[in-house]
Amino acid sequence: MAKERLLTCIVCPRGCQMKVLLSDEGAPISVEGNFCKRGVTYANDECTNPKRTVTSTVRCKSGAVVSVKTDTTIPKGMMFEVMAEINGVIAPDEVSIGDIVIANVCGTGANVVATSNTK
Amino acid sequence: MKKDLVIIGGGPAGMAAAVAAYEAGIKDILILERDNALGGILRQCIHNGFGLHRFGEELTGPEYAYRYEKMVNELGIPYMLDTMVIEVSADKVVTAMNRENGIFSIQAGAVILAMGCRERPKGALNIAGARPAGIFTAGTAQKFVNMKGYMPGREVVILGSGDIGLIMARRMTLEGAKVKAVCELMPYSGGLARNIEQCLNDFNIPLHLSHTVVNIHGRERLEGVTIARVDENRRPIKESEEYIPCDTLLLSCGLIPENELTKGAGIALDRVTGGASVNGERETEIEGIFACGNVLHVHDLVDYVSEESAIAGKAAARYILGNSNKEISITLCTDGRVRYTVPQRLTEVADTSVYFRVADVYRDAKIVVRDGDRVIISKKKQRLAPAEMEKVELTKDVIASLSGGELSFSIEI
Repeated sequence: MAKERLLTCIVCPRGCQMKVLLSDEGAPISVEGNFCKRGVTYANDECTNPKRTVTSTVRCKSGAVVSVKTDTTIPKGMMFEVMAEINGVIAPDEVSIGDIVIANVCGTGANVVATSNTK
Repeated sequence: MKKDLVIIGGGPAGMAAAVAAYEAGIKDILILERDNALGGILRQCIHNGFGLHRFGEELTGPEYAYRYEKMVNELGIPYMLDTMVIEVSADKVVTAMNRENGIFSIQAGAVILAMGCRERPKGALNIAGARPAGIFTAGTAQKFVNMKGYMPGREVVILGSGDIGLIMARRMTLEGAKVKAVCELMPYSGGLARNIEQCLNDFNIPLHLSHTVVNIHGRERLEGVTIARVDENRRPIKESEEYIPCDTLLLSCGLIPENELTKGAGIALDRVTGGASVNGERETEIEGIFACGNVLHVHDLVDYVSEESAIAGKAAARYILGNSNKEISITLCTDGRVRYTVPQRLTEVADTSVYFRVADVYRDAKIVVRDGDRVIISKKKQRLAPAEMEKVELTKDVIASLSGGELSFSIEI
């Protein structure tokens, strides 16, 4: 018997309520309720390998704070690991938007990049 | 000092209005900003999700703000930081002050009000109990964590399910705090569905709908709160009281447009939006004074703030150049299920997007717009909710065809 899973899409502020039909093995078969095709990608990922973007801040040498994000999504289960690595580094005093603060964070392939400028 | 256009506020609204006015031919602009940088509240909104409509990509708040800051700088639009406007008069004299210049006045050709909004404070909530340290609005906590790098506490209860509260539930959790509950007085959330999902459900943070905080405990520092379920009249039910130990209470109970300057200019406020009443050009009832962004009505998305502010910027430019679009005598009225519309009045010539919010959650309903008895727009919606701003497009042809008088907006189930 195929199972159903209800999801709220987080791709955009629209927040589509989606219904995903899953096989016995848990693989997505079909998606309903999505407004755009990014919803299908999200639903498939969410049922197999859920991913999130992490945003946080990093302390600079001077004591100032600079905001950062992962430049791609990372596995949802690794959010706290990624946070620990982010909280373990100190950024240089001069950082611009897009500068890599941590390359390949926790081996996820994502870089932690600055999202604000210090100055 | 004289300026063609003075813009009060250098957040997303003020910057977008400035860029649009400049591109429409007005070069003599001055933006007045009270903070020490442009960007407004976006500077502390370090989460992603901004810009999908405006830029077609997902940006964080500081990145979105920087896009506009760059445009302002590239166009060479002047701005003054650390400058507080203390008065705007009906004849468009703007009085401001800063450390360098003391108090000074500017005679403006046109003024755009872009002061944004602020959070409903704890004093406005009338919660019983003590007044210990550890109670913050969600936005204050956001500033501490994201701009200063300080954690306001370790064990957190959040009252109100507005988006900032939800975002802070996730942020505090990621930084190692334990968020024990989010209580929402209403039977539905005040935030976007995606934020319930990614900020609460991802971390198993319980959302208690129809719940409120009825007591605050602690002397020096908050020690706990008592929460209770509320009945359909939003009165707490005594038997449902529950004590939750915590050192921090965050309040996310609504945003209020910051309109002291508007009132000072003698502009009456719309009782529902808390902002000025405007026509399609975002012009207030005083000619040449415009308003846009969260000072006019609270938006869900900055993308729509930018869109609205560009309308105000272009219109201010037309006003200064002496070719304003004329207001027409059609009033937009609402049925109560639609709580308000912005704009409240229409302007000829222009295609107009009418924004509004609904009073309750409605399922399988229709948005109906009527010119007298004639239905001119009927749009089916699976779900309408107070937390989600809605939009209806009136083309200039539709506006030209209106019979006059009232245009009514209603929700039919």
